[in-house]
Amino acid sequence: MDTPAVALDSAHRPLTVPGFPRPLKAHELVVNMGPQHPSTHGVLRLELILDGEVVVDVVPHIGYLHRCFEKHAEQMANYQQVIPYCDRMDYVAAMSAEFGYVVAMERMLKIKVPERVEYIRVIMAELQRIANHMIAIGTYGLDIGAFTPFLYLFRDRELILDIFEETCGARLLYNYMWIGGLSHDVQPNFTDKLLKFCAAFRPTIREINNLLSYNAIFVKRTADVGVLPAETAVNYGASGPVLRGSGVRWDLRKNDPYSVYDRFDFEIPVGTGEKGTVGDCWDRYMVRVREMEQSLNIIEQAAAKLPAGNVQEAIPKRIRPDAGEVYARTETPKGDLGYYIVSDGTASPARVKVRPPCFVNLSLLPAICRGALIADVVAVLGSIDIVLGEVDR
Amino acid sequence: MTPSEIVDLLGRTFDQALLDSKTEGVLNSWALVAPDRLRDIAFFCRDDERLQFDSLMCLSGMDHGAGILGVVYHLDSTPLGHRIVLKVKVPAADPRVPSVEAVWKCANWQEREAYDMVGVVFDGHPDLRRILLPEDWDGFPLRKDYQVPEYYNGMKVPS
Amino acid sequence: MGLLDQRFENGNVFITTADNLLNWARLSSMWPMQFGLACCAIEMMATGASHYDLDRFGIFFRGTPRQADVMIVAGTVTLKMASRIKTLYDQMAEPRYVLSMGSCSNCGGPYWEHGYHVLKGVDRVVPVDVYVPGCPPRPEALMEGLMKLQDKIRRESLVKPAPLPHAAADRA
Repeated sequence: MDTPAVALDSAHRPLTVPGFPRPLKAHELVVNMGPQHPSTHGVLRLELILDGEVVVDVVPHIGYLHRCFEKHAEQMANYQQVIPYCDRMDYVAAMSAEFGYVVAMERMLKIKVPERVEYIRVIMAELQRIANHMIAIGTYGLDIGAFTPFLYLFRDRELILDIFEETCGARLLYNYMWIGGLSHDVQPNFTDKLLKFCAAFRPTIREINNLLSYNAIFVKRTADVGVLPAETAVNYGASGPVLRGSGVRWDLRKNDPYSVYDRFDFEIPVGTGEKGTVGDCWDRYMVRVREMEQSLNIIEQAAAKLPAGNVQEAIPKRIRPDAGEVYARTETPKGDLGYYIVSDGTASPARVKVRPPCFVNLSLLPAICRGALIADVVAVLGSIDIVLGEVDR
Repeated sequence: MTPSEIVDLLGRTFDQALLDSKTEGVLNSWALVAPDRLRDIAFFCRDDERLQFDSLMCLSGMDHGAGILGVVYHLDSTPLGHRIVLKVKVPAADPRVPSVEAVWKCANWQEREAYDMVGVVFDGHPDLRRILLPEDWDGFPLRKDYQVPEYYNGMKVPS
Repeated sequence: MGLLDQRFENGNVFITTADNLLNWARLSSMWPMQFGLACCAIEMMATGASHYDLDRFGIFFRGTPRQADVMIVAGTVTLKMASRIKTLYDQMAEPRYVLSMGSCSNCGGPYWEHGYHVLKGVDRVVPVDVYVPGCPPRPEALMEGLMKLQDKIRRESLVKPAPLPHAAADRA
C-alpha cells in the first residue's frame, strides 16, 4: 500500500513528540497514560509510543506534584521548620526522609546525639522500611491484578502505624526526628510492642510468599520482564532495591554507614536471577520482601539493646551554623537519598537541594521499557517503586 | 586518594582550569573549575584508574547572588571509596555550562532540573526542556530575585 | 431517615417519597474516582483497606471518571495538574460531588505561603461539596467527611426550591 513512511499531522508536517528523537512513523501510535491512572502510583504521565502492542519509547512527564520544597526550605525562618516539608516529599517513608535531613544537619553542626536517640531512630527507620515495602508490594500486586496481598499488608501496616501514633501522635507524617534528638520519647511498653509486632509479622511474610511471590501468574508477569543490567543501573545512578535487584551489593547502611547501623548484624539481599534473569522485575520485588525480613532482625537486635537516656538533651536551642555546606546520604526504602545543605551563617538555610532516589530511578524507565509490551510497562513501573512527592519535590 | 591528592592531580592534568579549591576545614572538599574544560575534567574523573568516579551522586543548580549562577557536582567512587565536589560558576547573563550527560547518564534529568529551577543552560544536552514546571512557565523559581506570578493560565497563584 | 431495615410490619409495601428513594440509592453507593494526588492518597487507601473498610458504606473505587459519582481530591493540587482535574470533573456524569480531602486541597495547606506552583485550594477550579481538614486527615475523619456528604445527598430534592416570600415579592 502506498502509505508515507513518516506520520504527518493535519498540516502535512512530520509528527514529532518532544523527548522522542525522530519523527513518528505512520504506523506508530501515541497513547497517553496518566496523570490520573490507577497504576501510575500517583500523578505521573507516561507518553507511550507504540508499534502495535510493543512499546517503541516511553516519555515520562513529571512535575504534577511539584510543591516547591527547595524554595520553602530557603524561606523558612529556621532549620527546624524544614523537617515537616521533608516528611511530605516521600510521604510513604517519612521517617527515612527526616532521618536523612537530621543526619546532614548534625554533621554540619557537629552534634553528637545520645545513644538512645540513635537506637530509636534506627528502629523507627527500619519500621518505616517495612511499612514502605508493605505499600510497595501491596500496590505492586494490585497493579498485576492480585487484590488480597494488598489487604493483608495494609492490615499489618496498621500495627506499625499504631506504634508510630503512640510515640509521636501521627500516623503518616510525623515531624518526629529533630535536629539533635527526637520530639517525644517512646512509651514504656515500646519494646514489648516491637517484639509482638515482629512475632506477628513473620507469618505474614510467609503468607505473602505463598500468595504472591511464587504464584505462577505473578512469576510469569514479572520474571524476565524489564531486565536492568548492572552497568546500566550504576551509570544511571540507580540505588536501593532497583540497584540491588540487578545483583549489585550496594547498601549505604553497610557501604557508607551512618548512625549506629554498623553495630547490627544483617544481610543485604540482592537479585540472583532465581526465577528468570538477574535484574528483572521479580528480582527487584523479591529484594524488597527479603529486606523486610532483615529489617525485622535489626529491630529485634536494637530493641534488645535499647539504652536509657534523655532524647532531648542534645537538641540545641538555636541553630545558626557557620557558613559552609554539607552533603549527607542515607539509605531510605527507595534508595540513596542525599541532602546538600548550604548555610550562609544565618538561622535559615541558603540552599537545600535534595537528591531523590525515585527521581533518578525513574529516569531508567525509558531505557528498560523499550521493546516491552504495554502491560510490562505497568509491571516495570511498579517494580521501580516511585513516590511522586519525592520525584517532583 | 585523599582530597588534596585528588585536587593536585586535577590541577596538574588541567593546568589553568582549576580556579580554586578547599580541602582543609570543610566537610566535603571541593574544587572550582573553569566551565569550558568541565567536560574533559568529567571524562578524566570517570575514566582515570586513580580516580574512578563512576557515580555522580548529585548535581545542583545554585544561585550565588550578585549575578552569578553555579552548578555543583558531588562525585563518588564506588570501587575506591573517595569523593570530591566539583563546582562551576557562570554569569547569569550567559549561564552556559557543558553538559556531562555523556559521562554519567544520571545527569540527564538532573541537568534538566537545574535548567528548570535556576536557568543554567547545558550545552550538548540531548533534550533540554523543563521537567518539573509546565512548558509555558515564565522564569526560574530558585533564583533569589524570582517574583511569583499573579496569575497562571487564569488561576490565581498567591493565596 | 436511616436504613429501612425492619421498619415495617405489614407485608412488602413501602410508602415513601421519590426524593427519599433516590437519595437513599445515591448515598448508599457513592463510587469515588481513584484519584490520589499526594500523601492524603495513602490515608485514602488505608481507609479503603480492611481496617477502616469503606466497602461497608457501598463505596468502592472506580478507575475512570465516567463511572464515578464522587471525586475525592486527596492531596496537593499543583497548577500543572489543575487543568487536568477540571477535565476529569467535566468527564464525570451528574449527579457528581467533590470532596476535598486534606489541607492542601482545601486551601493550599503547608504550601500556602511560598508555593509558587501550588493551587491554593481545589475550589479555585471545581466546586467542592465537603471539605475534610487534616494533614493528612485520619481515616475516621475521611469517613466523617463521606458521611457528611451522605447527609448532604439525603437533603437533596427533585423539586426546585421555592423562593422566600419577601424574595418572591421582589421578583414580581
